[in-house]
This record gives sequence, structure tokens and C-alpha cells, in this order.
Amino acid sequence: MMPAGHYLFLSLALLLIGAIGVVTRRNVIIVLMCIELILNAVNINLVAFSRLYGDVAGQAFALFIIADAAAEAAVGLGIIIAFFRNQETVFADEMDILKW
Amino acid sequence: MPTGYFLEHLWLIPLFPLISAGTMFFFRRLIPKAAVSFLCVGSVALSFLYAAGAVLQLLAVAPQERVYQQILFEWITPGAFATTGGLTQFVADWGYLLDPLSSVMVLIVTGVGLLIHIYSVGYMHADEGYYRYFGYLNLFMFAMLTLVLANNLLLLFVGWEGVGLCSYLLIGFYFKKESAANAGKKAFLVNRIGDAGFLLGIFLIATTFGTVRFTSQGLGDPVAFSGILQTLGALIDQHRLAYGAPVLTAIALLLFAGATGKSAQFPLYVWLPDAMEGPTPVSALIHAATMVTAGVYMVARMSAIYQVAPVAMDVVAISGALTAVIAASMAMVQTDIKKVLAYSTISQLGYMFLALGVGAFAAGIFHLMTHAFFKALLFLGAGAIIHALSGEQDLRKMGGLYNTIPRVSRPFMVATFAIAGFPPLAGFFSKDEILSHAFNKAQMLDRYLLLWIVGWITAGLTAFYMFRLFFLAFRGRSRISTHVEEHIHQPPLTMTLPLTVLMLLSIIGGWFALPVLWGEKNYFAEFLAPTLGGVEADTGTVQLGQHPLPKEYLLMTASVAMASLGLWFAYKLFLKNPKLHAQIAEAWPRLHRVLTHKYYVDEIYEVLFVNRLKDLSTALGFLDSKVIDGVAIDGTATLTRVFSRMSMWWDKWIVDGSVNLVAKITSGFSVPVRMLQTGMFSMYATLILLGLVILLGYYGHHMQSWVRNLR
Repeated sequence: MMPAGHYLFLSLALLLIGAIGVVTRRNVIIVLMCIELILNAVNINLVAFSRLYGDVAGQAFALFIIADAAAEAAVGLGIIIAFFRNQETVFADEMDILKW
Repeated sequence: MPTGYFLEHLWLIPLFPLISAGTMFFFRRLIPKAAVSFLCVGSVALSFLYAAGAVLQLLAVAPQERVYQQILFEWITPGAFATTGGLTQFVADWGYLLDPLSSVMVLIVTGVGLLIHIYSVGYMHADEGYYRYFGYLNLFMFAMLTLVLANNLLLLFVGWEGVGLCSYLLIGFYFKKESAANAGKKAFLVNRIGDAGFLLGIFLIATTFGTVRFTSQGLGDPVAFSGILQTLGALIDQHRLAYGAPVLTAIALLLFAGATGKSAQFPLYVWLPDAMEGPTPVSALIHAATMVTAGVYMVARMSAIYQVAPVAMDVVAISGALTAVIAASMAMVQTDIKKVLAYSTISQLGYMFLALGVGAFAAGIFHLMTHAFFKALLFLGAGAIIHALSGEQDLRKMGGLYNTIPRVSRPFMVATFAIAGFPPLAGFFSKDEILSHAFNKAQMLDRYLLLWIVGWITAGLTAFYMFRLFFLAFRGRSRISTHVEEHIHQPPLTMTLPLTVLMLLSIIGGWFALPVLWGEKNYFAEFLAPTLGGVEADTGTVQLGQHPLPKEYLLMTASVAMASLGLWFAYKLFLKNPKLHAQIAEAWPRLHRVLTHKYYVDEIYEVLFVNRLKDLSTALGFLDSKVIDGVAIDGTATLTRVFSRMSMWWDKWIVDGSVNLVAKITSGFSVPVRMLQTGMFSMYATLILLGLVILLGYYGHHMQSWVRNLR
């Protein structure tokens, strides 16, 4: 196996890209995709450590996360569609109904 | 010591009229009129009988012992206090005294009172206040008898005030008439002024002598039951009080102030003419025979004090003479028959005080007795005229009644001669006695001659106005209005009988005290001598002998001549040439006006006292409404309003304000916090990330060591 650090570096990079994307992107669907990136980053991290210490729990956890990510994506998209039906927009800066 | 049934039951004499008065007041509705008459006249008759019996039993002992005192109970016992004579136990008791002076008074009061009660039965029979009248009249008898029978000054004062009250009630008897009600008030108020002085005199006596009892004779122990007479003598003997001492003069003057009010002397006489508003028998009893003589009686009773206070005696004499002549002058122009008699009473009372003031105490009491007879007769006669003329009282509307009502006119004529002082009627002897004593005193000091001259002139004026009254009322052409003339009727027997009795008394009443110089005994003066002797004092006065007989006759002739002059003038002006007096009045209009307006005394009093008193009450009313009501009441209200406004401010701004402040602070804080909720989820995501980073940084060092342990 390759040195664990490489996997960790990849996970970090994906995490950061995803995080910045959530904060910065205008289109909320892109934000959802960035959330998936974060989740995948976490997966890679988990699998890398699992392989490192020979503990299968990491990989099992990663499977859970994949299932959870799928459900979350479905729900998220559902919300976006409902919101779009109401407000006619998918841009984050125009979603300010809950503004004070 | 005199004893006997009537003396032991002396206390019943005032009690009989009190019981009948009480019955009148409580049961008047239940008693028929005839029973009222019987009860009230009967009680006075009983009093007269008991009085006569008591006096007869008194006469049975020697002259020095003719003092009977009985004490019913101890009335006022304040304890010991300091007096001029030392520390004394003061006791005022409710007791009765019968000695020569009070026996004369009690016989006059009950005798003349009885005659007037009988007269009133006829006079008042048509009045609806019959019961009330007799109730008040009997109450008056009770008070007057208490006054004359009292054994000390305080009980005398009780009677004094009682007669003042009854005078008020009886003057204002026709209370629906405003002038009568006012006259009653005036009498009581003017009287009260004198009473203030009287009370001060009593207090001064109490602190000087330690007792108010007249004499201790007849009571056994002279120390336990001290009397003024004995204490005065003792103090003078011990040289603690001197003849003419200021305190004695003060006492005498203060007592005389009371007499001035009660006996209508100048300047407190103004109530007596107004008192004629009451029924005529009331005027006869109270304002001629009894109540007004209470002052004379009181001064005579206190003669011991007056005899050692010569300044006060002079004041009494001068006041008496002054009153006599002023009142006589006012009587000359009065047109109301009762007012003439009222001023005549004031004038004759002046004579009595003149007598007391020159030291002729017995003569003063003698004149009191004869005056009671003929003045009561005059008033009752006037009442009979008024009754016969259906209420006419104006002299200008009378005349020619001499033969119309002979049962009235004959006694009236006798009384007129008596009051004018013609011998051998009663008035001559008493008046002559007074004038001769005044002349006697003038030998001592020429000033006193003036008193005799004033008395002599007043005798002439008296004759003048009395005969003026007689001629205008009874003689001459009739000026009676035809309406009244149709209804003239003879008065009933109950009214004419007392007139006849009084006429007899006016004739023979003077014969008790025939002048000593005629070789007769002066029974009256001898009878009274023990009471009026006074105390032995080193007076330093010259004992005067009697005048020589020719001088006495000269004086008598002078008085009769003056009286005849008055009669002649009255005859000329009012009978012979009726228009003459009107011409004289026109000749001296100012004098006539001053006399008719009674020297404007009433007006002066109104300006000086009545209006000033009204001003005082206005000022006090102003004080009450503006200051007391304004400051206290309205001020309190304003203060309450100010406080409530302050309270409101506190409530609104402080209490509510703090609540609002909390709310404002909260909403103040919410403003920046609210800004956080932008509704833009990318900001929320940013904040989550930020928080995560902070947490990681905080717990970072733990993680580093844990990761190292993992390797």
C-alpha cells in the first residue's frame, strides 16, 4: 500500500474544495454536489485508516455514510424542488425569505 | 330664736308655685281652664298664707332675735381657699332666711302677686296660651321667692337669673309678634351685662370674706356657718379692712352693676320700655312690683358693705338721682300708656336707689313697698283700659273714660295722686322720707344738696306726667275711634277687685312709717333697723341730729307744692287748653324731638355695641369661611391633589417606566442579533465551518498527542 499520508492529503483536499464550494457557490444544486464531495472525502479518510490499522470498522462506517449521503441527496433535492416551485429561483443569494 | 310651724316650713313658700308651674308644663293639655286658674292662683294664695304666718311667728320674739335661718342641704362645697381673713372652708348652702327685710319683701311679692294672679284670670281668659302664661308666671313666683328668701348670695343669684329667664319668657309671650320676641331678647341680654358685674362682686365677696351667707345669726355655730355681716365686723375690728377700703368699694360697685341691670338704672334701663310688649299683668308684676325691685333689695341686703364704702354709696345716689330725672323727662312725651308707666317705674326706682345711696335704707325699702302698691294699681288699671278699649294703647286715642268705667277710673285717680306724692296717701310719706334724708345728708356736705334738688324737681315732673296720663286717658273730650267706642265694656270682677284692694293699700300703706317728728312711731324703720344697722365702724362721720320741726314742715310743704305745680301744668296743657301742648312742642321742636326719641340712647347703643358686635361676628364669619374653610379644608384638598399628581408621575414614569425599560433593553439587544438572520444559508454554512475550525483549534493539542499514541 501507498503511505497513508497520500490518502489523507487527498481527503483533506477534497474536504476543503467541498467546504469552500458550500460556502461560495451561488447555485444550490452545486452546493449539494459539494456536500457530496465532503462526504466522499470523509469516506476516503475512513477507508485509509481502516487499511492502515487493519480494522474493518472504518469500512463499515464508510458504507453507512454512502447510504446516508444518498438519502440526504434525495431529501435535499426534494427541498430545492419545493422551494423552486414556491420562489422560482435556485440561487442562494435570492433565498432570503427568512431574513429578519 | 323664733320658732313655729310656718317658720319651719319656710321652704314650702317657694315650692307651692314651683309645683303648680311644673304641673302646667307637664300636664297642660289634660287640665281644664278652670282647674288651671284654681291651681295657679291657689298656690300663690297658699304661699301668701304661709308667708303671713311665718312673719307673724317672727314678730313674736324680741326685735334683736328676729332672724330665722334654715339650711336644707349643703350645695357647693369646693373646700378651703385663701381669703382676706385667712384660709377658710367655703360652703354655699341651699337655705332660707326670714328676717325683717325679707319678710317685707316676701309679703309684697306674695300679696301683690296674688292680686295680680287674680287679675290675670280675667285679663287672659280669652288667650289660647292661658296655661303657658300661668306656668311662666308661677315659675316667676318661685324664682322671685327664692331670691327674697335666700340666705346667701349664690342662692339669691339663682333666683336672680330665674326671674331674668321668666321675664324673657313673659315679655316674649306673644312670640309670634317679632317686636315682642326682640324685646324679650333685649331684656335678657341687657340684664346679663349687669349680671356679669354681679357675679364678679359675688366672687370678690367669697375671696374676701370666705363666705357668701348674709348672716350667721340663727344657725347655732357662728364659726362653722359664717356670715358676711359678722365677718365684715371682725375684719374691721382686726384692722384687716378699713372703712372705705378699695376692695369694699369694688365689691359694692360690682354688686351695684348687677342692680343697675336688673332694676333698670341708667345706662342699662333700655330694656324696660320695650318690655311693655308683654301682657299688662306681667308688666305690673315683674316690671313694677317685684323683679325690678330685686336690685333694691339686694343693695339693701348688702347695706353693711355699702355703709363702709362711702364712694360706692355716692355712686348709687348719683346714679339713682340721674336715672330718676332722665326717665321722668322721657315719660313726659310718651304716647303709649304703658310706656309712660315704664319710664315712671325707672324714675321711681331711681328714687329708691337715691334713698339707698344717702344711707336711708329703710326709706328706700319703704318706697319700694308703696311703689309696689300704686304702680301695680296703675298698670292693672292701664290693662283694664286696654281691655275695655279692645287693645287701644295710644293716649291720643283715649279720653272721657272717667264715668264710662268708674271701677277703673276711681282707683286709677287715687294711684295717680299717690305717685305724685300728695298726702295722706302712701307715696307722700315714702317720697318725703327719701327727700328729707337727702336734705339731711346735705348738711354734711353741700354737694348733696344737689341730690335733693334733683329729687325735688323730679317729684314735680312725676306729678306732671302722671296727671298728663290721667287727663289724656280719662278726662276731656273723647278721642276714641267710633269703632272702639261701640265695644266698650266694663271689666269683670276678677279685674276690678284687685284694683280696689290696691287702692286701699295705696291709701293706708304710708301710715306704717309716719314721720317721727309728728310724734308718731316709725314702725317700719324700727322693724327694719336690726337688719339694716350695719357693722360698728369707726366711720368718723358726724352724727346728725334731726332737723328742727319747722324745717321739716318746710320741706314737706316744698314737696307738696312741687307736686301741685306739676298737676297744675298738666291741667293747663292737657285739660283746659288741649292745643297748648302741641303749640309748646312746636315752639321747641329740637327739645321735643330729643325727648320723643328718648335722647337717642337706643340709637347710640346700636352704633356703639350692636353694630360693633355684628362687625365682630362678620369678621369671625370671614375668618371661618376664608381662613378655616379656605386653609384647612380647601388647602387639604389642594394638597391631596398635588400629592396624587406626584404619585401619578411616579407610577407612570418610574414604575411603568422600569417595565418598559426592560422591554426596550431586550429589543435593543435584539437589533444586532436579528441581523444575523439573513435568510442566506451560505452564511449559515460559513458560520458552521468557522465554528468547526475554532473547535478543532481549541482541542487540537489533545488530538496531536492522541495521534502520536496511535502510531
